Amino acid sequence: MNVSRRGFLQGSAAGLVISFAVPNMVKAAPAAAQLPPVNAFLRIAPDNSVTVVLAHVEMGQGIWTGLPMLIAEELECDWSKIRAEHAPAAQVYGIPGMGIQMTGGSSSTNGEFERYRQVGAIAKDMLLRAAAARWKAPVGKLVAANGVITWSGKSATYGELATDAMKLKPPAKVTLKPQSQWKLIGTRVRRIDSPEKITGTAQFGMDVQFPGLRTAVVRRAPAFGAKLVKFDATDALKVPGVEKVVQVPSGVAVIAKHFWAAKVGRDALKIEWTQPDGGGVTTKEQFAEYRKLSEKPGALAADVGKVDTVLAAAKHKLESYYEVPYLAHSAMEPLNATVKIDGDKVEVWTGTQFPGGDAMAAAKIAGTTPDKVTLHTPFLGGGFGRRGNPAADFVSEATFVAKAAGVPVKTVWTREDDTHGGYYRPAYLHRVVVATDDKGQPTAWDHTVVGQSIMAGTPFEAFGIKNGVDNSSIEGIADSPYIERVPARRVSLHSPKNAVPVLWLRSVGNTHTAFAMESMVDELAHAAKQDPLAYRLALLSDKPRFAKALQLAAEKAGYGSPAPAGRARGLAVHESFGSIIAQVAEVSIENGQIRVHQVTAAVDCGTAVNPQGLEAQIASAIAFGLTAALYGKLTLEHGRVEQSNFNDYPILRIHEMPKVAVHVIESGAPMGGIGEPATAPIAPAVANAVFALTGKRLRTLPFDVKEMA
Amino acid sequence: MKLHVNGADREVDADGEMPLLWALRDVLQLTGTKYGCGVAQCGACTVHLDGKPVRACVTPVASVGDRKITTIEAIGTPDALHVVQEAWKQADVVQCGYCQSGQIMTAVALLDRIPEPNDAQIDAAMAGNICRCGTYPRVREAIHLASRLKRGGK
Repeated sequence: MNVSRRGFLQGSAAGLVISFAVPNMVKAAPAAAQLPPVNAFLRIAPDNSVTVVLAHVEMGQGIWTGLPMLIAEELECDWSKIRAEHAPAAQVYGIPGMGIQMTGGSSSTNGEFERYRQVGAIAKDMLLRAAAARWKAPVGKLVAANGVITWSGKSATYGELATDAMKLKPPAKVTLKPQSQWKLIGTRVRRIDSPEKITGTAQFGMDVQFPGLRTAVVRRAPAFGAKLVKFDATDALKVPGVEKVVQVPSGVAVIAKHFWAAKVGRDALKIEWTQPDGGGVTTKEQFAEYRKLSEKPGALAADVGKVDTVLAAAKHKLESYYEVPYLAHSAMEPLNATVKIDGDKVEVWTGTQFPGGDAMAAAKIAGTTPDKVTLHTPFLGGGFGRRGNPAADFVSEATFVAKAAGVPVKTVWTREDDTHGGYYRPAYLHRVVVATDDKGQPTAWDHTVVGQSIMAGTPFEAFGIKNGVDNSSIEGIADSPYIERVPARRVSLHSPKNAVPVLWLRSVGNTHTAFAMESMVDELAHAAKQDPLAYRLALLSDKPRFAKALQLAAEKAGYGSPAPAGRARGLAVHESFGSIIAQVAEVSIENGQIRVHQVTAAVDCGTAVNPQGLEAQIASAIAFGLTAALYGKLTLEHGRVEQSNFNDYPILRIHEMPKVAVHVIESGAPMGGIGEPATAPIAPAVANAVFALTGKRLRTLPFDVKEMA
Repeated sequence: MKLHVNGADREVDADGEMPLLWALRDVLQLTGTKYGCGVAQCGACTVHLDGKPVRACVTPVASVGDRKITTIEAIGTPDALHVVQEAWKQADVVQCGYCQSGQIMTAVALLDRIPEPNDAQIDAAMAGNICRCGTYPRVREAIHLASRLKRGGK
């Protein structure tokens, strides 16, 4: 999700922000010009350990290491004594300039780059002044390094000085180090959450246990839009270990001593549901309807020049449809939330990207006020957007269950529940019609997108939807460097509604817009009988960052020299979340399957804070995007999802993982994000490679080699 | 019934049909072994029975008998890492971390069976362990590193 760039004003969604009492902490969100309250972000213990409180959650992207690096850079502490912990839900942890406490939009590092360095600088300033006071020394002569302050033969550790330092008034302003003096930022730093994650001791939401806690498994509607008619819990209650069966708005919850009894009990429920209103969504019909809709322009995101006139008069015209299905996020940790209600107090344990919104939802359901809710965020066993839901679905349901049960309950989703549970990346269809001149240059570009709006109906609607256009449906098209220069261009959007709940998924709109854009540009290159790289570079002649990324990826991949026998290369470049990423994929077709051998990526995110983590995120995003390109497909029949587990909704496995080479361009441009952007270019890079290999164009995700036209 | 878990006999009050995974997690509070799919598709629940990797999510607890169960908790601790865990740390493998107990259990068993596996042998052994974060390149690297570390190399 990319909310920070969509013009949120500070406090604009203040209703979602909940203020909690955090000891020694200023409660109000700081204005942009104010310095952050250091105590909210940092604790220094007598043993010299430095604990960094993270305003963003760790879900694999490495922020558990990245934010501490920012503080440590300025604090000059001992890196081996750095610890991290998730912040509670509290207003002070709202994203600077936005106010909402959330993790998403690939914004954790760039969004916190100033604040966390400031915290380190403030703390160092206070420690220095504490030491100067203790030694009656001139503060300017003291040296702080590696967690120790020294002066004239004396020394004291940060741990020894911390108590005195925190009594001092924070400085009114701090000066951050120039890039030339960075010691940590820009170096390869290993993750600090490895020890617990490799020994099974890391706590995920699923692992929450305490005496008296019960487990619930919920039977939800089998089809989107179906409603509960009646249920019979007689057999379920006979299952040993099952204690209660309660109805909640989302279905029927079976509460038991442990998961297994709850699941067996749920299987024994007899339930009757209505048919979904209007018969429910059926995938085939949906795409037929989308295709019809795409024949007329929708709400306008861009409308420049006389598109219809140029198209009508054009000698050369290319028309393509691109289709992508619903996708489930399928984090390895199935959804879960634990809720304990004690009078007017509520405690919630859940892996969430959106602690403030979830705490507020729990308060409302439990009939209390948000200040009475304590939300604990353990590690997230993957998020990919699914754990940042404005509808707070899994926390709301767990709160309803705990309330109805009258005991603390961990509501656990099975893998099948997780796959069927909705909040998918929407299915989209693109219709792209391009007119070209005799040299193959686009003279008119008519791009129509059809697909559900993610932002509609959420608190983000007022900011995410302008003039009927949900930017998350078309990001990467109207602002594409290719389209910007076409004299006549129209980008429009139809956002049909239905009962299937939708949500952002890693790289959001770019998951499909990059596929359509980079496939179409490749089609135009081939139609013009030009090399796809040369054709792109000509179109990008005034976009040096794009051109450089493409050239570097091409050069490192050996593009231009022949690929190994039976293989071909394809390329793509796309900007999202402020970062430009070019990829070259080298593919073959083996036993009727696409095999991706090698992906060479060039990455311009302005400045790389931790190249070690950056490379991991690029490979991760490529694996995520390849799963969507090769496998990801949820289909519906009358509102029922037809897939359920990894056997019919496969995830890329190790033997299918290409070798990934990452080349970083330090452009010095404003810092972009890195968790999501590499997801987008891989599908078109592979499709373009398959075209180079076979002459067949793949326009539907996931790729089906057997159905290649 | 009695289970032999991580070197100790443990009394477990559970229905025989209950998968070993839930006996470990919910009865014995050994939560290092993870639930990912429940149908032996993802490998997050991998434990060893007499040193061989099995999927605890589809292993009825009654079928275990007197075989020795080893879970991630007995492989190593943060202060005393197993050589495979040391390699995992050095190669900086983990991301979200949820699948990593299972990845490491499978890798430990692989290296016991094949001390110097090549990429194809690694892929074959590890193909049953899904990582949604796509840590696969570093999983391969860590297994090669663990193989070297085990033999006294770097």
